Amino acid sequence: MAEELKNTIRVLAKAGANGEVDVKALVHHPMDSGLLKDASGKLIPAHYIKTITFKYGGKVVFVAQWSRAVSKDPFIGFRFDGGAKGGKIDVSWQDNEGMSDATTAEIR
Amino acid sequence: MNARETKLTRRRVLALTGGALGFLALGGMARAADAVPAYPDQAFEDKKEGDALKALFNGQTATPSDKVKLTAPEIAANGAVVPITVESTLPDVTRMFFLVPENPYPLVAEFILPKGTKPYVSNRIKMGKTSDVIAIVESQGKLFSATKSVKVTVGGCGG
Repeated sequence: MAEELKNTIRVLAKAGANGEVDVKALVHHPMDSGLLKDASGKLIPAHYIKTITFKYGGKVVFVAQWSRAVSKDPFIGFRFDGGAKGGKIDVSWQDNEGMSDATTAEIR
Repeated sequence: MNARETKLTRRRVLALTGGALGFLALGGMARAADAVPAYPDQAFEDKKEGDALKALFNGQTATPSDKVKLTAPEIAANGAVVPITVESTLPDVTRMFFLVPENPYPLVAEFILPKGTKPYVSNRIKMGKTSDVIAIVESQGKLFSATKSVKVTVGGCGG
């Protein structure tokens, strides 16, 4: 059930004076653990992002491998060296049901 | 949870990071240049002290270190959203891990930090109940940890 979603990723990447880039991202995703029941008592199936990858200039700068215990609409923040204002960051995620999304953000 | 229980819990998790040397090769592969390590499916499914979790840590035990700084709330009113930030002053940090021993599945996340990426990660996690939160940092192939107890008033294992 591979499905490409759209507009689930928000990225804020800011370049500091020393070439350090501060990246913050928010993803719209239920991150269901598979351990909770809905109102009718039925177990809600696990549905969570497994991997989110950040690239700068085609090179991987950060990867998070997530479990079902990462919060709904996950937030992730990291920092890397050597980025420049105007540079592009590629972000992509894949979840346990084969869904995915990707976006490109400009460093500000 | 009283102090004695907390201590036992921490000891148990330190113990679970030890043992099992058979998977050293896996860890080595994971650090090939620019290759993204495979998703550690089995380690994420480990409930307690499982071999897959030990394998993820290359059979090593994490040493508590004041060079790992773990920021987490003392009290989390809502266990569904607990902000965790980990920073380190250790050199050549390649991976970081978040663990919550009292969660149904203790391993919460693994982070891959290629060369040039700062040893800094901020993430929001779910906690089913009051537990230690353990941050493990891999520096020059060795593991170091920081632990903080977080009191959860409303559990949020499902979010």
